[in-house]
Amino acid sequence: MSMLVFIEEANGAPATVGLEILTKVRGQGDVAVAYAGPGGDAVWAALGAHGATSVHHIATPEDGLSHAAVATAVAGLVEDIDVVLVGATYDGRDVAGALSAFTGRSVLTNATDLSFDGGLTVTNEVFGGTKLVHSTLSGPGIVLIRPKSFPAEPGDGGSPTVSTVELPDIGHAGSGSITGRHAEQAEGPKLEEAAVVVSGGRGLGDAENFALVEELAGLLGGATGATRAIVDAGWVPYAKQVGQTGKTVKPDVYIALGISGAMQHLVGMKDAKTIIAVNKDEEAPIFSVADLGVVGDVHQVVPKLIEALKAR
Amino acid sequence: MKVAVCVKQIPDPASDYSLDPDTHFLVRPNEQVLDDTDRYGVEVALQIADANEGSVTLVSMGPSGNLQGIRQALAMGADEAVLVDDDSLKGADSLTTAKVLAAAIGRGDYDLVIAGTESTDGYSGVVPQQVAAFLELPALTYATQIDVDGSTVSIRRQTAVGYDEVSASAPALVSVTAGVVEPRYPTFKGIMDAKKKPVETLTAADLDVEVTVGQAIASVEDAPAREAGEKVVDEGEAHLRIVAALEQAKVV
Repeated sequence: MSMLVFIEEANGAPATVGLEILTKVRGQGDVAVAYAGPGGDAVWAALGAHGATSVHHIATPEDGLSHAAVATAVAGLVEDIDVVLVGATYDGRDVAGALSAFTGRSVLTNATDLSFDGGLTVTNEVFGGTKLVHSTLSGPGIVLIRPKSFPAEPGDGGSPTVSTVELPDIGHAGSGSITGRHAEQAEGPKLEEAAVVVSGGRGLGDAENFALVEELAGLLGGATGATRAIVDAGWVPYAKQVGQTGKTVKPDVYIALGISGAMQHLVGMKDAKTIIAVNKDEEAPIFSVADLGVVGDVHQVVPKLIEALKAR
Repeated sequence: MKVAVCVKQIPDPASDYSLDPDTHFLVRPNEQVLDDTDRYGVEVALQIADANEGSVTLVSMGPSGNLQGIRQALAMGADEAVLVDDDSLKGADSLTTAKVLAAAIGRGDYDLVIAGTESTDGYSGVVPQQVAAFLELPALTYATQIDVDGSTVSIRRQTAVGYDEVSASAPALVSVTAGVVEPRYPTFKGIMDAKKKPVETLTAADLDVEVTVGQAIASVEDAPAREAGEKVVDEGEAHLRIVAALEQAKVV
């Protein structure tokens, strides 16, 4: 089976999910990478170490909204490729969607596992991770893989061959432009990488009480997260959303404050090593995954917890 | 400005979802609701149409049922709906879905196509990009804010670290995140008017769309369940249990 992994650049390095995918497919024959971004020797070395045998470098402009153009370039590389693997990042989804339409390839989305026994089987989780669905492609296809599905570990791969692919001009469909970039999350560890994540939900009562979440996270050297409900309500920025439509986290400890545990949220955090939940509704679904569930009022329990940690 | 907005009727998320044991397709009751994430798209479309002397057409694919979900969107103020309902589309993948939606949208001369980023029942999250590609439109995705000035469409595009400001000329497709606007609730008059608004029903053949099957579900199994741990009721000292759990996890 021939495979190509699409990887975009993020902060001067290959997007982490791309290295996770390479690690997973290493040893399954030649693995080509289509790489979008400035690239460079350090990037090629990282791709090679993780298992890429060849790299097609698609140089993208800083200010161009070039997903469809990138997808057009990738379409020209995959004629003999059975499966295109893409990390389910914002950019990855945009490229995969356009590539699907341009090439007529079906897309398996939200994949959390791949198996190569007797052809490719792709696993995804539905109904809040309570069911596993195993799917196959009936022809050339695309698989979008959720971040953190596999560890990223360099192997002993050498330098890949690198070739350059021109970004085609696709007219109106490629005419969008980026006029500004803004970073919101600057302080503390990154949500996806933190060893401790403290998240808040509707049970906090109102936006001001998110300060409890921030203070506790600060004391534990952790990151703050949120449910879709409070992101939709505008209490915190979308970048903090944990769940199916947000980020997937696998910290050592996940503390859920005032979170009921909707399926959409559980998918993003149920693989934390230890889950601690505080919620006043003893029937809340979050307690079905919590290692320690405290049935109580977050406004009582959390300030006392903060005091106890400060007193240490 | 003519605006098309993609919407989907889904089983009520408050109900238990199940898969048909034979086909593995999601079981869809006769009464389905408007996907909550689509309310944001409809609201965006209505605001843009209001400000630009426009109209709003709903475009949808799936079993009609009693049309409750479509009526909900019409009750918000959309002018009309086009619904593609065809047994051959049951279990359609995102590619076929997008092909159908693009063909339905392609019959009109729309300046703007709005969609949610992903449905609450299927979550494939690639249909807007596929529709844009079929229609050869620029795709402005994951919008958390949108402005239309003449023929220029500008959005804030959600990114992993914050947002980008992105713009393109109409015609364009914009996918919106929940939270981009506050969706309105239908008024009583809106609900009454919705019953009289036109809903056109089409088949795949009407649109000349060839239905392809590119993937299959081989099997479905229960995921290994995470076992619930200890549950304690707070009587004033539960925070100490949390401290102990944090110590055990070696994070304090």
